[in-house]
Amino acid sequence: MSEHEYVPKSKAAKWFNDRLPLLTLGAHLTDYPTPKNLNYWWTFGGILTFCLITQIVTGIVLAMHYVAHADLAFGSVEHIMRNVNYGWLIRYIHSNGASMFFLAVYIHIFRSLFYGSYKSPREIIWILGLLIYLLMMAAAFLGYVLPWGQMSFWGATVITNLFSAIPLVGESITTWLWGAYSVDNPTLNRFFSLHYLFPFLILGLVVLHIWALHIPGNNNPVGIDIKKPSKDTVPFHPYITIKDAFALLMFMIIFAGFVFFSPNILGHSDNYIPANPLVTPAHIVPEWYLLPFYAILRSVPDKLGGVILMFSAIFILFVLPWLDTSKVRSAVFRPIYRQFFWILVIDVLMLGYVGAMPAEGVYLVLARVGTIYYFLHFIVVMPVVGYLEKTDPIPMSISEPVITGGAEPSLARKLNEKV
Amino acid sequence: MNKEEKKVKRRDFLFTASYAVGAVGIGAVIWPMIDQMNPDKAQKALATTEVDISQIEPGKSITVLWRGKPVFLKRRTPEEIQEARAVSLDDLPDPQKDEERVKEGKDEWLVMLGVCTHLGCVPLKDKGDYNGWFCPCHGSHYDVSGRVRKGPAPTNMEIPKFEFVDNNTIKIG
Repeated sequence: MSEHEYVPKSKAAKWFNDRLPLLTLGAHLTDYPTPKNLNYWWTFGGILTFCLITQIVTGIVLAMHYVAHADLAFGSVEHIMRNVNYGWLIRYIHSNGASMFFLAVYIHIFRSLFYGSYKSPREIIWILGLLIYLLMMAAAFLGYVLPWGQMSFWGATVITNLFSAIPLVGESITTWLWGAYSVDNPTLNRFFSLHYLFPFLILGLVVLHIWALHIPGNNNPVGIDIKKPSKDTVPFHPYITIKDAFALLMFMIIFAGFVFFSPNILGHSDNYIPANPLVTPAHIVPEWYLLPFYAILRSVPDKLGGVILMFSAIFILFVLPWLDTSKVRSAVFRPIYRQFFWILVIDVLMLGYVGAMPAEGVYLVLARVGTIYYFLHFIVVMPVVGYLEKTDPIPMSISEPVITGGAEPSLARKLNEKV
Repeated sequence: MNKEEKKVKRRDFLFTASYAVGAVGIGAVIWPMIDQMNPDKAQKALATTEVDISQIEPGKSITVLWRGKPVFLKRRTPEEIQEARAVSLDDLPDPQKDEERVKEGKDEWLVMLGVCTHLGCVPLKDKGDYNGWFCPCHGSHYDVSGRVRKGPAPTNMEIPKFEFVDNNTIKIG
C-alpha cells in the first residue's frame, strides 16, 4: 500500500522519519483507502473519539476541584457548580458527555450489527470494541458514584452486591471491593482512582481497535470485500475527514442542546440529596444506558440467576461472529435477518423502558418476554436464519451495483443459487 | 530422538527453577497489592456498637448504624412473636425458626441487619404482604421475623453477632 512508498520531502523530516516513522503513520492515516459508499452511520467512530477526548479533558479539569472523601465529595461537587469558574459548564459537559458517549456507542454497535461488520475478517475489531464498551460501562458506573448523592451511594451498593451472588467467595469479594463492611469512604476513594484510570485503558484499546481496523480496512454498506486502493475507494483525507467533521458538528449541536437547555434531564434528582446509608430511595434506577441490562437482571426471580443472565447478555456478544452463520455481511441483502434486526432494536429499546419502570405487573411480563427474545435472537435466530435464508444478489463491486445489470454475478450470488 | 536429547539438562533445571522463583516473587508482590483493598485497621476498629434500648416501646423499632450498615432493633409485641412462630417452615424459602433468630428469654427483641439480602438496599418497615419489611428496590417481602417470603432475595435478613450487656443495652458486633 501507499504508506510503504512514502518518502518525506525535506532532509530533516527524512532523518526523523528514519528513526521514528511518525510521518509514515501520518501518511498512512491520510491516504488510508476507504470505501466510497460509507454512509453517515459510519461517522460514529470519529464521534466516539471526540467523546472520549472530551471526557478525558473535562475529567482532568474536574479532578482539580473534586475531593474524593465521603464527607466532602458532595460539597465539592456543589463547589464546582457554584464557585469554580465555568465549573457548571465543565461538569455538565462531563455528565452529559457520558450519555452522549453511550448514545454514539449504541448507534456504532447497531451499525455493526446491521452491516455485519463483526464478521470475518473483523472479529478482533468487534471483540476489542466490546472490551471498550465494557470498560465504558465500568467507568460510567464509577463516575456516577463520585458525587456521593443518594443515587450514587445506592447504585454503588446494588452493583457491588451483584458480586455477592457468587457462591462461597461472593461476600469476601464484595468486602474486598468496598474496603469496608459497606459502601463507605474507602470505596469512594478507590472508585475515584479507578475512574481516573479507565479512560486511559479505553484510549489504549481504541488505538488497538483502529489498528485492527486498518488491517482489513472498513466494512461498507454493501458489505463486500473491495480492492484497495481502487475506484471503489477514496483517500481518508479529505473525503472522510470532512464527512466525519460535518456529522460531528450535528452531534455537537445535540450535545450542546442537552448541556445548555436540559443538563439534568438524563440524571436523577435524588442524586442531589447527599448519600444516606440509612435510607434507600423508593425507586432506584441506573443511568439510561444501563437500563436494558437492569431489566434483564430484574426479570429473573433468583439472585444468582439474574446476575448470570445479565452478564451473559453482554458476553454473548463476544461470540457473535461465530453465531452468525451467514456468509453475506450486509443486512441490505438479507431480507429475513433485516426484519429480525429491527425486532432486536425494538426489543432492546423496550427492555430499556421497562428497566426504568417498577419491576411488577405488566412491566415484569414485558421484561421477561424481552429477555427471552434477546437471547433467542443470538442463540437461535442468528445461526438458523444465516443457514436457511435466501439472500438477495450481491454486487461485484461498489461501482457496479447489481441493479444496473451488466455485472457478472458475484461468487456469493452463485453460491446462493446453488442452495 | 536419541536418549541424549531426552535427558534433562542442567539448563532445563535452571529454567524451571528460575520460573518457579520468579512466580513466587511475583506472587509475593501481587498479594499486598490485592490485600490493601480489604478493610483496613481503622475499619475493623469500628466493629462494635452499643445501643440503649430502654426507650423503645413494644411494637416499635429503631435503626442504628453499625459498620456503615443499618441495624434494625425491633421490640415485638406478643402477637407479633406468635405470628412469626405460627408460620410453617415449609412456607419459607430459607427455612429458619423464629426461635433461632432471637436470644432465648429475650424473644421480644429482634436484632438484624437492615440490609436486603438481594442487592443490599434498606427494606422499609411495616410494609409488604407479610406484615414485616418490604424492599423497594426489587420487591422482596420479609415477615415479622425478617425472613424472606417472596421476591428475589435468596436468604433471610442476617442476624449480626450481638449480646445484652444489661437489660437496657445491646452490644452489636
